Formats: sequence, C-alpha cells, structure tokens
Amino acid sequence: MAKKIGQKTKTPMPCRDAVERSHSFDEVAQGYTAEMAIAEANRCIDCKNRPCIAGCPVEIDIPTFVAQVGAGDFEGAYRTLSSKNLLPAICGRVCPQEDQCEAECTLGVKFDAVGIGRLERFIADWAAEQGLEPVAEVAEPTGHKVAVIGSGPAGLTVAADLARLGHQVTVFEALHKAGGVLIYGIPEFRLPKSIVAREVHALERMGVEIKTNHVIGRTFTVDELFSELGYEAVFIGTGAGLPHFPKIPGLNLIGVYSANEYLTRSNLMKGYRFPESDTPMIRGRRVAVIGGGNTAMDAVRTAKRLGAEDAILIYRRSRVEMPARAEEVEHAEEEGIEFILLAAPTAILGDDRSRVRAIRCERMELGPPDASGRRSPVPIPGSEFDIEVEVVVFAVGQGANPLIRDTTPDLHVNKWGYVKADPQTGATEKRGVFAGGDIVTGGATVISAMGAGRRAARAIDKYLSTQSPDGFA
Amino acid sequence: MHRILSNEVLAPDVHRLWVEAPHVIRKRRPGQFVIVRASEDGERIPLTIADVDPARGAIALVIQGVGKTTMFINELPAGGSLLDVVGPLGRPTRIEPGSRVCCVGGGIGTAVVYPIACGVKSLGGRVVSIVGGRTRDLVILEAEMRHVSEQCIVTTDDGSYGMKGLVTDALVELLDKGEVFDEVVAVGPLPMMRAVCDVTRSRNVPTIVSLNPVMVDGTGMCGGCRVQVGGEQKFVCVDGPEFDGHQVDFDGLAARLRAYREQEAAALVQFRRDHDLECEAMGTV
Ligand SMILES: Cc1cc2nc3c(=O)[nH]c(=O)nc-3n(C[C@H](O)[C@H](O)[C@H](O)COP(=O)(O)OP(=O)(O)OC[C@H]3O[C@@H](n4cnc5c(N)ncnc54)[C@H](O)[C@@H]3O)c2cc1C
Ligand SMILES: Cc1cc2nc3c(=O)[nH]c(=O)nc-3n(C[C@H](O)[C@H](O)[C@H](O)COP(=O)(O)OP(=O)(O)OC[C@H]3O[C@@H](n4cnc5c(N)ncnc54)[C@H](O)[C@@H]3O)c2cc1C
Ligand code: SF4
Ligand code: SF4
Ligand code: FES
Repeated sequence: MAKKIGQKTKTPMPCRDAVERSHSFDEVAQGYTAEMAIAEANRCIDCKNRPCIAGCPVEIDIPTFVAQVGAGDFEGAYRTLSSKNLLPAICGRVCPQEDQCEAECTLGVKFDAVGIGRLERFIADWAAEQGLEPVAEVAEPTGHKVAVIGSGPAGLTVAADLARLGHQVTVFEALHKAGGVLIYGIPEFRLPKSIVAREVHALERMGVEIKTNHVIGRTFTVDELFSELGYEAVFIGTGAGLPHFPKIPGLNLIGVYSANEYLTRSNLMKGYRFPESDTPMIRGRRVAVIGGGNTAMDAVRTAKRLGAEDAILIYRRSRVEMPARAEEVEHAEEEGIEFILLAAPTAILGDDRSRVRAIRCERMELGPPDASGRRSPVPIPGSEFDIEVEVVVFAVGQGANPLIRDTTPDLHVNKWGYVKADPQTGATEKRGVFAGGDIVTGGATVISAMGAGRRAARAIDKYLSTQSPDGFA
Repeated sequence: MHRILSNEVLAPDVHRLWVEAPHVIRKRRPGQFVIVRASEDGERIPLTIADVDPARGAIALVIQGVGKTTMFINELPAGGSLLDVVGPLGRPTRIEPGSRVCCVGGGIGTAVVYPIACGVKSLGGRVVSIVGGRTRDLVILEAEMRHVSEQCIVTTDDGSYGMKGLVTDALVELLDKGEVFDEVVAVGPLPMMRAVCDVTRSRNVPTIVSLNPVMVDGTGMCGGCRVQVGGEQKFVCVDGPEFDGHQVDFDGLAARLRAYREQEAAALVQFRRDHDLECEAMGTV
C-alpha cells in the first residue's frame, strides 16, 4: 500500500526573524499551520515495515498518527499520540529526532525524513488549544503508595503511569518548581514554561501529589520514605548532578559559570528580568561558552539574548561531531553565534579585580576515533591564542549528585557515582528501589528518561502486586 | 507557605524570626541551613537554622539585613509568611562527644556558631565562647551563648562593652594562658575567620570555619558555591558548609562574594525607593 513519493523536502518550520528573536526569550519556532501539517503528513509513504517506530524510545505508532494528521483527523492523531507519550508537546520540540524516529524514516535515505517531531508538536499544541485532555483515566485505587524522587521527565512519567494504574503517588522535588531540566535548564525560547506547567498540572489532576522543596537525602532519606512515611516502592529520578569543570587555572574568577548555574539563574530564577526579579547574573558584552551539546547551545543563545554583542561557542571537535540537535545548531548560526571549532580552553585570565578578562585556548586536530566512536581531539603544540571575554560558561557535562548515594548505604553506584539499575526494569539492588533517567545513564535525552520511567513504572506495578522485582534481588 | 510566628529585633538590622517549618526540624542537626525564598520572583538565599522549637514545629532564623532580600524578610511581620523553606541542607557539624571547644562568633556569625555550641554541650562537651561585635549594639545572642558556655567572653572593637579588642585578641589571651581546646569553631566575616585561622595555625589547634558563598539551588546541581579547600574544588552546599579553616582559600571566596556587588547595589536602591514610596502612600512617614 506504499504511496508515491511527493514533496522531497521537509515543509519548513516557520520561525521568528533571527535578528528580532536573538534579543527576546519568546519561542523561536512558531509551529506548523494545519495546512502545513497536512502537507507534511502526506509526504509519509506509509511503509509496510514501519521502521520509524523502532526509532522512538516510547514506540509511538508513527505511521498511524501521521496518516491521521494527513487525513485532517487531528483528534484521532492526538489519541494515538497521547496513548504512548505523556509529553508530546515537549518531545515534539526537544527530541533529537534526527538521531531517533526520523533517523529511521525510509524517506530520509534519499530525501528529507518526514517531520515527525514537528507533526507531534502541531498535534499536541492543537489539542491544548481545543482543551483536549490526555487519555488520563485513573483506575480504582489499589491502596499502594509509591514515592518518586525528582520531577524531571523520568519522574513525571513514572508518576503518571502509576497513577493511571490506581496507585497513590507522591513526587518529591528539591527545587521550588516541578519539571527538572525542562524548567531550570531548557530556555523559554525553545520550550515555553507554560507547556511544562500544563503537563505538571495534568498530573495533579490525576491525583498525584507533588511536594516541592523536599530534598531527599536531607529532608527524608530513602529509608525513611519506607519506614516513616509508609511508601512501598521508591523511584529515583534525580537527574545528573554536580557540573564538571576542566582542570585549568582561573575557574574561580568572577564571571565563570557552569551552564547549570547560568541557565538556572536565567530560567528558573528569571534572572533575565533582573532587577524586576531578584536574582542577578553577569551580562558580559563578550561571552564564551565551552561545549557542543544542547546545554552549550542553550547557554550561548541565552547569552546573546541577555545582550552579549559577541556570543562565542568554543568546541574541541568539528561541527559534525557536535552532539546538539541539528536544528539548534542552525538556529544558533542564524542568530549570529560565533563558532570557534577545534579549540579548547587552557586557562581563564583575570584582571586585578578577579574578573574574567580573557580565555586562553589551544587549537586541536582530530585524531583516530575514541571509545565513543567519535574522532578524538589532539592539541596542536604552540597554538595557544587568547579571546577577550567577560563571561565564560562551561557546558562540558556533569557528574552524579551525591546526596542520595551518601545517605543510602545499600544503594549500589558505578565508579562515576551513577545508580546501578537494570535497564529493562529500573530495579536497583536495593529492595523496592527503582531508578531511571540521567541519574542512571548520565546526561542523555528527555525521551530516553521518559522511556526509562515507563519501564520502571511497569516493573514497580508488578513489584507491588507480587513483591518480586524482575532483574536484581 | 511558612508562617512567621514572631519577628524581633536583636540589634540594628539584625532580626530573629521564628518560622513554621515542621518538615525541616525533623532531621535538623547543628551546622545545617535552609534555603529561603520570600516571594515569587524572589532570590533563593541560604540561612543557618539558628534554633528549633519542636513544640511549635518552628525554626529560628537570625538575619542581618545586608541587601534587598534580607531587608525585605526582616520587615515581614509576625503572621506573614515565607514562600519556600528548603532543608535541612548541608552536612551537620561533626562533634566529638565530650570535647572541649572554643566557639568564636563575630557579628551575625554568632547566630551560626550558637547552634554548634548547643550541639557540643548536648553531647557532653564543654564550650568556651568568644562573642564579638564592632560596638555594643552589634553583639547578639550573648545571653544564649552564656547559657551553653562554661565561660563567655564578649569583645567590642571600640571597647563600648566587654573586652576592648577583636575576638582574636581574646582567643590569643586564652591560648597563652594555657587553655587547651580540642577544636576552635569560628564563624563571622571572612577577615575574622582568616585571622582566627592565623592564630590557631601556628599553635596547631584544629579550626573549623563555616563558609557563606553565594548559592542558588543548595542541592549540588549548579556548582555556584564552589571554593578551593586544600587545593581541591569543594561545593559548600553538599560538602560543607564547615571546612578545615587552615585549608580554605579565603581570597578566592572573598572575590567570588563580590561577584554581584553592582547589581546588588542597584537592586537595593530600587528596593529602598519602592519602599519609601509605599510608606509615603500608607502615611507612615
Ligand atoms: C540545558 C539542557 C538542554 C537540554 N536539551 C535537550 C534537548 O533538546 N533534547 C533532549 O532530549 N534532551 C535535552 N537535555 C537533556 C535532558 O534534559 C535530560 O536528559 C533529562 O531532563 C533527564 O531527565 P531526568 O528525569 O532524569 O532528570 P532531570 O530533568 O534532571 O530532573 C531531575 C529532578 O530531580 C530533582 N532532584 C535532584 N536531586 C533531588 C533530591 N535529592 N531530592 C528531590 N529532588 C531531587 C532535581 O531538582 C530535578 O528537578 C538537555 C539538558 C540540559 C541541561
Ligand atoms: C550556609 C550559609 C548560611 C548563612 N547563614 C546566614 C544567617 O544565618 N544569617 C544571615 O544573616 N546570613 C546568612 N548567610 C548569608 C546570607 O545568605 C546572605 O547575606 C544573603 O543571601 C544576602 O542576600 P541579600 O539579597 O539580602 O543581599 P545581596 O545584596 O544579594 O548581597 C549582599 C551580600 O551577601 C552575599 N550574598 C548574596 N547572595 C547570596 C546568596 N544567594 N547566598 C549567599 N550569599 C549571598 C554576597 O556576599 C553579597 O555581597 C548565610 C550564607 C550561607 C552560604
Ligand atoms: S517522542 Fe521523540 S522520538 Fe518519539 S516520535 Fe516523538 S519526536 Fe520522535
Ligand atoms: S518511515 Fe517515514 S515514510 Fe515510512 S511510515 Fe515511517 S514516517 Fe512514514
Ligand atoms: S548552591 Fe548550587 S551546587 Fe551548591
């Protein structure tokens, strides 16, 4: 039943003007109109073997949903989508589609892949406008109580899935707002916070209790969640932790940030509205961001929006190795971000008031592929050069947060401090404790954290009814 | 929402607030702090838990008004509330049962050292305390400190009360008299903590200081609270706030505390202006 190939390129995404948007935190991508969505959906040739589904970590029935969009049945498309994906408005915006669903699309072999993410976003936004609720029937209460630690995508998914099955779920979140990286990390111009708030609200309507300002390991330990509060199972979804800094001189100069701090000040604390909001940030005229992932891209585009005349991205490999979503790299280029590739910092230089004055870098060349399969950068001797900047932001990854590990002696972690959990079930070696998302894998993606949450929810449900977890124990 | 049960003035610009926070007192131990947000769009600021009252489910915060947020909080009336109180955060003080400890508090630092002194006493230890202020009005919590100490020396820079001089002068006198301490705990302005460490280093007395870098989350996520201790990078919110004073890079910390000086000053000017207008409108000035 395969259809004939029509339009070969992806229907372009309408975006706000690059110059205008580089000074504003409003969302960049505007979303398809209904006509655009139908046209894009009709590019799908409805492959018999449906390869795209395997590319989606939560196995959305992509061909069915795309066909429904193509036929103008948006409501049907929404039902298909929301039966598998709790957060379609978010995934449609932030999934690295080119590495996931769209990477498997047959059309992509010769032409552009079907814009699956864009269609997903269109349908989710359309449904929100219509006031459609996600499929959220809640089963009869089972009387079982589950605690979820962390309200990022992993925690939110576990909570929703377990609530649907009738379990009583409490989410404990350390910060004053729920959403994890979706709230404090990814900026408004890429993911409006109202969308995250809407999804969190949907959870509350399902009866999930969200306790913000509760730091597990401090306010309660994991053991106390069982012994004092009577939870029968615990899910750890605390995300990645302390940011890495390279071992170079000058890290404590004023104006040196981790991307986590820089983005948290701007996003969660609304530092971009200082002094209307109370949290300050240093707004350099020239800002350098070190890294090549989504975090680096978000930080450097935030710098531009905070008024930097020069926002510079420094990455030690070449552009093809950049782990960031392709669309974000393109958007950054359009907004006038300067890329310095094949270079890495060796020192940060300060002035007599301990403020950043410049960053010293050396040039790199690509050697043979390393363990990750990417070609590893090798410094070129004698190639050092200085760039004058006032702010330096490091987005070079993060380690594991120590709070829960240090207060839960029988929880097993690997040599980097990440929690050891069965990839199929999330079960840890501690009875009744499951884990998933970045605290297990290290920094990954929103959808993979959700996938881990979904699998853990299934295993927790089984554990509650049989008290025997799959996997370890 | 956390109700403020009382707000009393201890010294010019220094208030003690009792605030309901039952989820915090359960596990709180000496040396720990909370992060407070007073209002929507407000900053998250760290404050030591100066005391607890289990009967009322409340914690005491002793706050020095140094900028917009602390001044705003100090003006909140009893019956008002704080939006968020997170904690207890940080590692508790490590207290050897039965040890003899010299607790040195300078200015607002006395509010941080007081719960530690209580902790030492409750574990069968003995406390000698030195409480300092620039002038008589700025000496806080003297009665409380006396209550938990076998000896309490008060110093003022200008000699308006107690011994004339700095807390280090009193400490040198004690040590020179042959007093022996298992440990000195010093909390106050950075120059004071550094001076105490200089006194104790040459005399080989182990010294603990409590650091106060700028924080954001307080959970080990942002890395903003980093300081160098013994050449290693430490994160004060999860590794501290107390460290071996002889190992701390005070210069680096001092520089980082100045990071937002200009923005803070601007925020304060605006806060004062808004505040004056408000008072005028309400006819209170
Ligand atoms: C700036 C940035 C941009 C990104 N962009 C993308 C993108 O475009 N696409 C993509 O797919 N992925 C992206 N990622 C990665 C993605 O956001 C993460 O992989 C994902 O959020 C991990 O989800 P999680 O649920 O494991 O943890 P998180 O989202 O990190 O959430 C963990 C939550 O747990 C809370 N917590 C931590 N410790 C405790 C404790 N002890 N007690 C209570 N609560 C605790 C935290 O406060 C946090 O709210 C980005 C990441 C960053 C930082
Ligand atoms: C672990 C810890 C415990 C503390 N305990 C107390 C206490 O019991 N009583 C008390 O009065 N103060 C305490 N402080 C200091 C207090 O947090 C700051 O005075 C307060 O944040 C200043 O905020 P502001 O808006 O009023 O002033 P601002 O105008 O913002 O700043 C004034 C000065 O305070 C410091 N500061 C600013 N923001 C922060 C921040 N987010 N975190 C830390 N310091 C900051 C800076 O040095 C700045 O120059 C503690 C700090 C830490 C880290
Ligand atoms: S959830 Fe992500 S991977 Fe799955 S179909 Fe949607 S955009 Fe693709
Ligand atoms: S692989 Fe691409 S073309 Fe084929 S069904 Fe999936 S989306 Fe349609
Ligand atoms: S305050 Fe953010 S890591 Fe300590």
